[in-house]
Amino acid sequence: MQRRLSTWLLLAPAGVWFAVMLVLPLCFVLVFSFGEREAAGGYVPAFTLEQYANLPTRGKAFLNTLILAPLGTLLSLLIAYPLAYFLAMRANPKWRTMLLILVIVPFWTSILIRSYAWIFILGGQGLPALIEWLGFGEVRLINTPFAVLTGIVYGYLPLMVLPVYVSLERLDKRLLEASADLGAPPLQGFLQVTLPLSLPGVATGCMLVFILLMGEFLIPAMLGGGKVFFIGNALVDLFLQSRNWAFGAAVAVTLVLIMLVTDTLYMWLMRRLGGAREDVSLM
Amino acid sequence: MQSPSANTETAPRPLIAEFRAATRRYGDVLAADALSIGIGRGEFLSFLGPSGCGKTTALRMLAGFETPTSGEVYLDGERVTEVPAYRRPVNMVFQHYALFPHLSVADNISYGLRQRRPRPDRAEVAQKVDRALAMVRLSGFGPRRIWEMSGGQQQRVALARAIVNEPKLLLLDEPLAALDRKLRREMQIELQTLQRQLGITFVLVTHDQEEALSMSDRICIMRGGRIVQSGSPNALYDQPVSRYVADFVGKSNFIDGIVTAQSGKDGQVETALGQRFAGRLSGSLEQGTKASLSIRPEQIGLTHAPRGGAEPVSVINRIFLGEHTEYLVRHATLGDLLVLVARQAEASEGGFAPGDAGFISWAPETGLILGQD
Ligand SMILES: Nc1ncnc2c1ncn2[C@@H]1O[C@H](COP(=O)(O)OP(=O)(O)OP(=O)(O)O)[C@@H](O)[C@H]1O
Ligand SMILES: [Mg+2]
Repeated sequence: MQRRLSTWLLLAPAGVWFAVMLVLPLCFVLVFSFGEREAAGGYVPAFTLEQYANLPTRGKAFLNTLILAPLGTLLSLLIAYPLAYFLAMRANPKWRTMLLILVIVPFWTSILIRSYAWIFILGGQGLPALIEWLGFGEVRLINTPFAVLTGIVYGYLPLMVLPVYVSLERLDKRLLEASADLGAPPLQGFLQVTLPLSLPGVATGCMLVFILLMGEFLIPAMLGGGKVFFIGNALVDLFLQSRNWAFGAAVAVTLVLIMLVTDTLYMWLMRRLGGAREDVSLM
Repeated sequence: MQSPSANTETAPRPLIAEFRAATRRYGDVLAADALSIGIGRGEFLSFLGPSGCGKTTALRMLAGFETPTSGEVYLDGERVTEVPAYRRPVNMVFQHYALFPHLSVADNISYGLRQRRPRPDRAEVAQKVDRALAMVRLSGFGPRRIWEMSGGQQQRVALARAIVNEPKLLLLDEPLAALDRKLRREMQIELQTLQRQLGITFVLVTHDQEEALSMSDRICIMRGGRIVQSGSPNALYDQPVSRYVADFVGKSNFIDGIVTAQSGKDGQVETALGQRFAGRLSGSLEQGTKASLSIRPEQIGLTHAPRGGAEPVSVINRIFLGEHTEYLVRHATLGDLLVLVARQAEASEGGFAPGDAGFISWAPETGLILGQD
């Protein structure tokens, strides 16, 4: 009895929070998505699938998100893994904490300010000018998918590095000695021991970054300049600019559904890869 | 069972591995100090010593995880000093097993076979794995996950994972330390049987003297990175070269003093209080050097009535050990001594209870005068 009470007490704050801040708004959004737009903007109650039928008009935003979010996740992983590996396996333990803090330092300033910096770097006066000066011809970087990807990888790298680092750091180094002892050269040891055992960290990192990227709007807004836009940008536009709440709600519901499907698939895949380990979970 | 000199390195077998003045330094610490020893083919050799004496370091130099700071390591006649671990035909059973948690028992065992180039075919691997599993009495456990195995079973998986490769040398770093007493005893017997069956050379590291004594053909007693004595368990027990070795191998009583007389093998020790005891000299000890007279507990007789040259004691404690009874007795000047009385002797003499008075005596030739270092 006592135990049950304490269980409820433990869950109560988060439960109330989620009910009020998540479930309730989600219900509103769901209801809105079947409604109609008022002429002056806003919402008129109705029950119609019209908004969902209109989804293809925002096809570009869906397509961009569904290509650039996974691609950005993959790129972050490819850059983060070697870095995390270095930090966990090679870096002098004396410097390790210091280096880890350096990885997180970018978080100390707002992503907004950092994205402004990237606008200058990728803009006409920045890298392109340098490239032209070096004689490689005229290139455009800002407002391209490349610019958006750069911003994404830059912004989300720490989120990928940390979980991968944790899983590599926790790896029992004696396993690598055992691997070598059994005749596996270093590369084989990495492929057969380190990599599989770091998969949980990789899974966590990818999950974190991917989920956040699917809802991203700031980086495409600043570095994509209205040319490369995500679903997030479409939502900002629909809710705040054109005040088409019903259609916006339909787009939002669709995004949530896509996330549910991809995340479920992903978790299933990770469980398979992890060889049905009990502790596969997230880390 | 007494070899002419306890320290001669005349292994009768051809050498499978050898240290030649192998030294490993960590900063100021000499973890291995000019180790020189040959390991015979098919031998069961143990490194025995207290914590930090360099046993693991010696083993790791054989495995290829450590490169000697100076000196050489030979394997099967080849110089392998700088050869990395993955190129050495040597396998190790790690202290905490280091089994791969993401692989099944069978995949753990086949790991070494799967690293071979060209890769052996599946059927052959499966067959060898099955045979190794049978050898460690784990048939049918192949598909299991590592965490589904008990400590003793994991121990055996680690063993199977090493022997399946038919290494020239099997290295075992305190392989039984994590097991409880009974299981450890079982595994000791299994290891010995296995070693005889396979004919593989075993090098065992342990700080458990009983383990070393019961399993090894030969034991190297280590101290501060050096081998202070090596020889058969019997030789070490009967002819320790120093007080350190006598103390480490088996139990012993020590009477400290100074060598006051020596003639040939016989000598005499005089304690600070002027008591004199005769004994056999181990090695050459000059007159006037500090020495200890070592008397094994089973060499001392405990009687109710005084005999010639007997010393009076009072019984402090009695521990019944089945075939023997171990008494702790207190002597006015010699301090506390251990006495091991065989069951028959106790039956004829009658037992003692704590508080009883008694007399101890020993034959002078059973006392061994040892250097004190
Ligand atoms: N990687 C290392 N770095 C620094 N010093 C080390 C290292 N490995 C061992 N040593 C030192 O070398 C000495 C011998 O260590 P070693 O591990 O060989 O001892 P051991 O006999 O195996 O002890 P134990 O019974 O505790 O395992 C110790 O003083 C230890 O502190
Ligand atoms: Mg050790």
